[in-house]
Amino acid sequence: LSRGGLSDEDWEAVEDTLLASDLGVEATQELVDSLRTQVRVDGTTDPAQVRQWLHEDLLRLVDPSMDRRIAASREDGHPAVILVVGVNGTGKTTTVGKLGRVLVAEDKDVIFGAADTFRAAAADQLTTWGERVGVPTVRSHQEGADPASVAFEAVKAGVEMEADVVLIDTAGRLHTKRGLMDELGKIKRVVEKQAPVGEVLLVLDATTGQNGMRQAEEFAKEVDITGIVLTKMDGTAKGGIVVNVQRKLGVPVKLIGLGEGPDDLAPFDPEAFVSAIVG
Amino acid sequence: MGDRTRPTYPYRVFNSLSDRLTLTFRNLKRKGTVTESDLNATIRDIRLALLDADVALPVVKEFTGRVRERGLGAEVHQALNPAQQIVKIVNEELVAILGGQTRRLNLAKNPPTVIMLAGLQGSGKTTFAGKLAHLLKGQGHTPLLVAADLQRPNAVTQLEVVGERAGVSVFAPERGNVFGHDAALESGEGTRSFGDPVDVAVDGVEEARRKGHDVVIIDTAGRLAVDVDLMRQASDIRIETDADEVLFVIDAMIGQAAVETAKAFSDGVGITGSVLTKLDGDARGGAALSVATVTGQPILYASTGEGVKDIELFHPDRMASRILDM
Ligand SMILES: Nc1nc2c(ncn2[C@@H]2O[C@H](COP(=O)(O)OP(=O)(O)OP(=O)(O)O)[C@@H](O)[C@H]2O)c(=O)[nH]1
Ligand SMILES: Nc1nc2c(ncn2[C@@H]2O[C@H](COP(=O)(O)OP(=O)(O)OP(=O)(O)O)[C@@H](O)[C@H]2O)c(=O)[nH]1
Ligand SMILES: [K+]
Ligand SMILES: [Mg+2]
Ligand SMILES: [Mg+2]
Repeated sequence: LSRGGLSDEDWEAVEDTLLASDLGVEATQELVDSLRTQVRVDGTTDPAQVRQWLHEDLLRLVDPSMDRRIAASREDGHPAVILVVGVNGTGKTTTVGKLGRVLVAEDKDVIFGAADTFRAAAADQLTTWGERVGVPTVRSHQEGADPASVAFEAVKAGVEMEADVVLIDTAGRLHTKRGLMDELGKIKRVVEKQAPVGEVLLVLDATTGQNGMRQAEEFAKEVDITGIVLTKMDGTAKGGIVVNVQRKLGVPVKLIGLGEGPDDLAPFDPEAFVSAIVG
Repeated sequence: MGDRTRPTYPYRVFNSLSDRLTLTFRNLKRKGTVTESDLNATIRDIRLALLDADVALPVVKEFTGRVRERGLGAEVHQALNPAQQIVKIVNEELVAILGGQTRRLNLAKNPPTVIMLAGLQGSGKTTFAGKLAHLLKGQGHTPLLVAADLQRPNAVTQLEVVGERAGVSVFAPERGNVFGHDAALESGEGTRSFGDPVDVAVDGVEEARRKGHDVVIIDTAGRLAVDVDLMRQASDIRIETDADEVLFVIDAMIGQAAVETAKAFSDGVGITGSVLTKLDGDARGGAALSVATVTGQPILYASTGEGVKDIELFHPDRMASRILDM
């Protein structure tokens, strides 16, 4: 925002800031329209004030009051079960590894379930993560094994060993693939014969554009998403699509991924998220 | 300070670009001419459509600028249906940027042809390596896959499995990140490799020469545009192997980050073409336009699934229709 008065260029700059963060046309227009009204009513010519309002409006949208805790404690004699889902390559396996590390640091007994039996070497990748953070991995050594059975076995092991948390990694799947989405629903149902799935984390890549909304809608229909993990926030992408995802699904972003190392996972901080977009 | 007006968020349905343009132009038919303000409204429609399709902002601006220029010309004024004429212009411009004709892979005069893959984490490089190898094998080539991602857990194993599925040899002298190592650097920043990816790449080309493989496909670790060290490493691989093709592999679902990412790989590594992945989904794929504009290099292939056969030559005209949702 330039000094003194708000020119068309100023307004375009505001719009560009939001669009460049992948907030999308709809949310951007709504924020800008509301801001324009506000500026007209107030008669302000102070760019700092306008930026402040934008910050407040966006923060309100992101809603700091949402409960962003991860359900990771035993309940009713069952381990907490966390299912990690999303489209291909977003960072699911890595997130399982990093989240395992966080939970181990909280003195929890954790088990990984390698329910991606499809992607080349996916179970090996998760097992390596398990070794790295000190968590055993339940897996099948047979390529193309039934993912629901592996998930079932992992939760069964968790129940028998009285683990605190079972983290289940699933194969990446595009939300448009009916068969694969059905398979995901089945994984959840089969697991729930052992223990309720208390947390379903949808992993979204921060670089994702407007398609992220479609992903969220379809996954939510299939498995009742309880939280979003926004990965690859260590790059320049701002991950603005989650603003729409949160408000349309009513599901909070809970965690962000900040790199490929085991400690690169952090709680989602609405204030920092908004500041990264509007300054 | 004035009243804090709480933003309200009505759900708005955007029609396809053609629908919107038809609407904009409905009233104009009688008038027979297109005024500047008509054109502005039209440009705004196009802008929204492109943004909805995830075309990056600077690219949208450049593009609409060009359409505006043509829109002011006689071809629109004199058209029977100005709306259709504008759509035609938009489509033509899109196809032109996306590369017009499909370009073929550059094969080296003196084999082996070295093809290096580079891109962001998870974009689909390793999977694409298998597909390209499979495709080339079917054309009578004898490709060798080289495992130069020594960083992501079990990336080498993944490429070996992919190679097996494609029925091609894999050169993997290093196991990479496998034994529960901590990939974080001691400084706490960045990620390390287990072994030297540049050496592996160079040795891979040597191995191909020795064993008579006529194509080498080098799989590399995913890297961020902002990771200066890893960008330099990728550049070293390119230079040391004297790569004939450096293909930038990019996810069709990417949003506004496409521009800076493409620019970083283009400037930092030097690329000769791109590959658009995960086109089997429903992303509109505006990134195609961003990447083609920024790099000035054509998109060679479309990756359309997880299987080794899910590869197609890239078709600019189909992509243009997809971006415009027509
Ligand atoms: N820079 C960065 N890279 C990440 C982050 N999270 C994951 N990655 C990288 O992204 C790539 C894909 O991560 P995976 O965990 O394999 O993704 P996935 O969702 O399990 O992938 P599929 O199982 O194939 O669908 C890997 O190279 C990871 O190291 C992150 O927060 N930042
Ligand atoms: N649906 C679909 N999935 C794809 C496509 N290409 C790759 N994938 C999937 O995307 C995920 C990531 O693919 P990889 O080939 O591991 O990606 P990468 O770029 O090598 O990832 P890093 O090495 O971690 O940077 C895997 O689940 C692949 O199966 C595609 O065209 N369509
Ligand atoms: K970021
Ligand atoms: Mg995975
Ligand atoms: Mg790879």
